[in-house]
Amino acid sequence: MENQILIEARQLSRRYGPTVAVDGLDLTLRQGEILGLLGPNGAGKTTTMKMLAGCLAPSAGSVRINGVDLREEPKAAKRHLGYLPEQPPVYPELTVDEYLSFCAGLHGIARADRAGAVASAKKDCGLTQAGGRLVGNLSKGFQQRVGLAQAIIHRPPVVILDEPTVGLDPIQIREIRTLITQLGQSHSVILSSHILPEIQAVCGRVMIIHRGRSVYNEPVAHDALAAAVTVQLRRAPDAGALLALPGVARVQELGDGRFRLHCAPQADPREAVAEAAARGNWGLVELRAEQKTLEEIFVELTAGDEPRVESPQEKAA
Amino acid sequence: MIFAIARNELRRIFVSPLAWAVLAVVQLILGFIFINLLIDYARNADVGDQFTGVADYMGGGLYGFATIILLLVMPLLTMRLISEERKSGTLTLLLSSPASLVEIVLGKFLGLVGFMLALIVLLALMPLSLLPGTDLDLGRIAAGLLGLFLMMLAFGAAGLFVSSLTREPTIAAVGGFGLLLLVWLMQILAYQDIPFAEVFGYLSLIGHFDDLRRGIFDTGDVVYYLIFTTFFLWLTVQRLDLERN
Repeated sequence: MENQILIEARQLSRRYGPTVAVDGLDLTLRQGEILGLLGPNGAGKTTTMKMLAGCLAPSAGSVRINGVDLREEPKAAKRHLGYLPEQPPVYPELTVDEYLSFCAGLHGIARADRAGAVASAKKDCGLTQAGGRLVGNLSKGFQQRVGLAQAIIHRPPVVILDEPTVGLDPIQIREIRTLITQLGQSHSVILSSHILPEIQAVCGRVMIIHRGRSVYNEPVAHDALAAAVTVQLRRAPDAGALLALPGVARVQELGDGRFRLHCAPQADPREAVAEAAARGNWGLVELRAEQKTLEEIFVELTAGDEPRVESPQEKAA
Repeated sequence: MIFAIARNELRRIFVSPLAWAVLAVVQLILGFIFINLLIDYARNADVGDQFTGVADYMGGGLYGFATIILLLVMPLLTMRLISEERKSGTLTLLLSSPASLVEIVLGKFLGLVGFMLALIVLLALMPLSLLPGTDLDLGRIAAGLLGLFLMMLAFGAAGLFVSSLTREPTIAAVGGFGLLLLVWLMQILAYQDIPFAEVFGYLSLIGHFDDLRRGIFDTGDVVYYLIFTTFFLWLTVQRLDLERN
């Protein structure tokens, strides 16, 4: 059951009057995955998460959580779900313990088990010392932790976090990130952010949303295959010899003995280039894979007016 | 789940100073009225004949006045119920939890009913304090209290609905008060020479209370309040459902 699908959204759409906030979005979350939703402000991240959490009915499309349809059996589906909205949904006039105990009851935890659930959620979120304090008197970072504790108190398989680090100081951000990484070991997490390093640090897979559509949906590449390889040769052969190498799809001459070799899909020609260069005495002085950072991908996909045009090539790369 | 929401609501009502202020003010004003009535009754003991007794005079007078105070005060108690949660973002907590909209609305309403019961107890204690010295007709007092309780249910449900319409508690308070007063004043139409005058009279909130205050228990009156309450709770559920779509 390692790769059980926990969230499956199909052709999710949401309109606000004439505005289309989310347009035909497909999303899959498997067990043990941390999925990062990335997008510029107003791209539809929050709307998507609200729909996944059942706070907003989609205009079209369906959401299945752990195999249960959110529209047909909302109560059963929401049991598998913990949701932390952008603004932590806390009551400032209650103490942390009172608040978490209420959340436990709300999620159907039996009275006898509530104290245990509260204690373990507090422990996970570093709130053990804060139990008796009023939520309203806590700092933003601690309120965020209370929000997180609320989302995991019933130990749901899926946790949805909407911009969990917004408004925190750098140390708090780091703490929350560590917390999310820990959560990822026992829960599947969907996380939204527009902070790129955060996604890169925490998530296993990234989905970039632009204008309500998914324009990129790939694992975060720590050792990804390169899209292109740059070589510099002192005694360069003609381009045909390079093109003949396995894994090279196209050769672009940059002058001064430099070439950009566009890779064939799922291929890495670097080894072949080095071997051929040694054999042909081409005088290899530089061989470098051009790796795209998430930032480059993000800017490329979201800056243009026609994001969909770029995406098939991106996927191939 | 309903009870988890209700208990939380009741706790939040009582940790807010508003509830205590309301209880204090209501108690103060009604105490003032009560003493006034008491002095009146002591001066003119001859008003008590075989038809009107002390329970009628004291209980009826007090509870008649209490309705006006409740009309002013209930919108203040109901205004926060949903609008504030919407404003502070905590409504999403309820909406994303495995509680249905009906459970959410009923839970909130039940929490409010808990507060109403506290008010009822305070209202009951005043006339009951006469028990050692007088021959109180407990049935009449009970009928009056039942009437007040039913009226509070109706006020509360209407207030809850208005609260679900907005995100500003103050607007919910003004709107709730306006709505209640309007339904109250329908009584006026009953005296006009217009078609359906009697229907308006029947729909008015106040007419059904008068019988109960005088100790006449009519199932029709009770059913009126219960239908009124259910109708507005249903409207609240519909309103929240609309928001989700």
